Amino acid sequence: MNSATPTTAVAKAGVTIALAGSGGSGVMTAGTLLLAAAAKAGAYGLMVRTSGPQIRGGEAAALVRLAGSPVETLGDGFDLLLAIDWSNTHRFADEVPLGAGSVIVGDPDEGEPPEVFLATGARYVPLTMKKTAKALKGSWVNMVALGFAGALAGLPQQALEDAVRDDWKRGDEALAANLAALAAGYAAERGVTPPIAVPQLAHVALHTPRWSITGNEAAGFGAIRGGVRYVAAYPITPATELLEWMAPALAKVGGTLLQAEDELASINMIVGGSFGGVPSLTATAGPGLALMAEGIGLAVASETPVVVVDVMRGGPSTGIPAKSEQSDLSFAVSGLHGDAPRLVVAPTSISDCATTTQWAVYLAEALQAPAIVLSDQFLGQSRAIIDPPADSGLRAKRLTAAANNPDYKRYRNTESGISPMAIPGTPGVTYTADGLEHTEAAVPSSNSKDHRLQLDKRERKLALFDYGDAWADIDGDGDAAVITFGSTSAAVREAVARARADGHKLRLIAMRLLAPLQSDKLAKALEGVRHVMVIEQNHGAQFWRYLRGNFDLPSKPVSYHRPGPLPLRPGELHQAITEWRKAA
Amino acid sequence: MNDVAIAPAAACTPASFKSAVKPVWCPGCGDYSVLSAITKALAIIGRPPHEVGVVSGIGCSSRIPAYTSCYGFHGVHGRALAAATGLKLARPDLTVLVTGGDGDGYSIGGNHFMHACRRNVDLTYIVMDNHVYGMTKGQPSPTTEPDWDSKLQPGGTQVRVFHPLVVALAAGANFVARAFAGDPNGTAAIIAQAIRHPGFSFVEVLSPCITFRPEQKEWKSVVRPSPVAATDDPARAARLVMTDDGMNIGVLFAGNRPQYPLNQGKAAMGVADLEAEFRI
Repeated sequence: MNSATPTTAVAKAGVTIALAGSGGSGVMTAGTLLLAAAAKAGAYGLMVRTSGPQIRGGEAAALVRLAGSPVETLGDGFDLLLAIDWSNTHRFADEVPLGAGSVIVGDPDEGEPPEVFLATGARYVPLTMKKTAKALKGSWVNMVALGFAGALAGLPQQALEDAVRDDWKRGDEALAANLAALAAGYAAERGVTPPIAVPQLAHVALHTPRWSITGNEAAGFGAIRGGVRYVAAYPITPATELLEWMAPALAKVGGTLLQAEDELASINMIVGGSFGGVPSLTATAGPGLALMAEGIGLAVASETPVVVVDVMRGGPSTGIPAKSEQSDLSFAVSGLHGDAPRLVVAPTSISDCATTTQWAVYLAEALQAPAIVLSDQFLGQSRAIIDPPADSGLRAKRLTAAANNPDYKRYRNTESGISPMAIPGTPGVTYTADGLEHTEAAVPSSNSKDHRLQLDKRERKLALFDYGDAWADIDGDGDAAVITFGSTSAAVREAVARARADGHKLRLIAMRLLAPLQSDKLAKALEGVRHVMVIEQNHGAQFWRYLRGNFDLPSKPVSYHRPGPLPLRPGELHQAITEWRKAA
Repeated sequence: MNDVAIAPAAACTPASFKSAVKPVWCPGCGDYSVLSAITKALAIIGRPPHEVGVVSGIGCSSRIPAYTSCYGFHGVHGRALAAATGLKLARPDLTVLVTGGDGDGYSIGGNHFMHACRRNVDLTYIVMDNHVYGMTKGQPSPTTEPDWDSKLQPGGTQVRVFHPLVVALAAGANFVARAFAGDPNGTAAIIAQAIRHPGFSFVEVLSPCITFRPEQKEWKSVVRPSPVAATDDPARAARLVMTDDGMNIGVLFAGNRPQYPLNQGKAAMGVADLEAEFRI
């Protein structure tokens, strides 16, 4: 896969900034503008959103990491915690690790920082924000914060101003006031004595266009690029933004999105749409995926291509809706009744959400099978500055039946297992698609030969297909290998790079195609490997069990697994890898 | 899909809508007549079989798609309306029929029934109501009388019957009719009218199950043409069907609510144009 991000790319340490405050204080806007300013200055960045459980208001934080190369994970700690106010921000203590080298900035008029932050030994720098904004009539407090944070990161003031201007939707007078607030924040940072010492971003001339995009948007864009023109879905956190992005985008390119009454309807609607010949998709999260299981099985049996994007969140049941976890893996690879071969892919970065979802559309259509895309809350709801994801050129291309063939059989037992599909409207080849087991001619049948033949055919078409090199991102050598999949790939990549810097020889296999498992390719990738560590973000070591259950991994494969809601951090993985190598 | 050859409409006879697949139904089942009525109605409409989609869920009557020569979709239990909605939205050029029974449509698929009525997508929903689950051999459905004795619910369910026509009217179906399987020509005429009517058309067909509800053989002697003509006032229609004995046959309501807008696939821009909003 021509992913725009090389698999070996590791973000330079860069600078990490947490902007916190109560809802409505504008920290998310400030974070987004900080990201945009960094892009204008030639840098890359990542912004993770986090908030309290309230529907509206409540505490919120924008967690930002900026660097000179693509950023796919937050890192281990934060250089700066800037809080516009301290209302309930202590709840972010786990998510915003600080150390003695960190800086805490708060408005002295809002009181002292919570003890949990001060106890880290971080330096406290008071910054008058509210009064400053109030003095500049029409300006907002988050602009003072943006100016300070931007200066601390080493961004040119001009880049910050340009980011504000590009985004401005109000009058000139208010713009002037807010640019003044921004300048005040910027000057305040420059005036801090002794100066705050954090890594400064190298100023790079912006020579290529960059995109600011979330994983949900990227997945939606990749789907449309692949050819999806019909979507039916039910709102669910954290997949809703994917659908909200697709609704107007689909309308622009001649497609349709319908909000269904529930997930049972969503999946059956897209099966119906795809039966009609239009590449179709739905997006959901764990609870919705569970409801869709029967419908996905129908897509398997009736050989109807569909794409289901599962933006994973903490489970089981309602679980932790707005936090990330890779715990739907077992369900995705095995959670259908009967013998039901399906495709499961997992994007390995925000940018890859576009490329892998596009690939999923291509695979589903080529193989007339359901494809589940395992994204997650971290990928879906985080925003990154990326190089535009290259168009793989892969498009939905279904093998269709020619008109007027008296010998037409919808489920013909072909060598590849893929049978031409008659699209409604084509004369002389009508048939009835069926979830009942059927003959090659699509007549319902409970005959043992028919059952065996169709089971073999549905398995064979997925097994024989050439998936190319995109099944995994592989690099490095040595007799020890780290295997991970999907979203955690970025943190693992960074940890492996650190371990390699320590002198460990490591292979890294970040898997993108999870089902059907590419056993031959995995065996080749593991040639000469004697030690394996499997890393994933869930409580049950689901990926480790899946690999062990389907593949002969080298002796005693080690599992490193931890559930959400906290992200796997490069530092903890680096430590785990180091201990594992020492023990070997 | 827009460049397919169009077969001449003259080829459309009821026989041209029948497939060679032999039905699994019991001898004497009302569904044979409904199948016949559907093929007659399609011949009246005059579109060739390959321009018609017939979608169903699970149950005796849900077997109908494979018995037609149309593009059929036999999906999972209760989700026929969802699959049909997807098909019609993706392919507005097709005529889409949905067939099924009272268990499939009113019990497991009840939520989709209500929302299909609300949504008013241009579909024709034909429910063969026999007040029993036949395929699983005789359990009570939502339209079964509360005291009907069965192995699963000895002594009856003690639950009042579901009134599909009133629910359809309340939820916004644009066409509501009751037909009787014993009158295939009359049923064909009603189905043809339902197909022609824009929006969501609902045809409830009393279709006797002589195996598990032999007493339904008597329906033929009690059904009668509706004493009043179809109204376009849903409240009047609802009052009528709530107060009659369920045996009045005919078109009861023909409304003029705007149907769900169907996308004609016109693209205002290319996919590459979508990239603009991401550029910094």
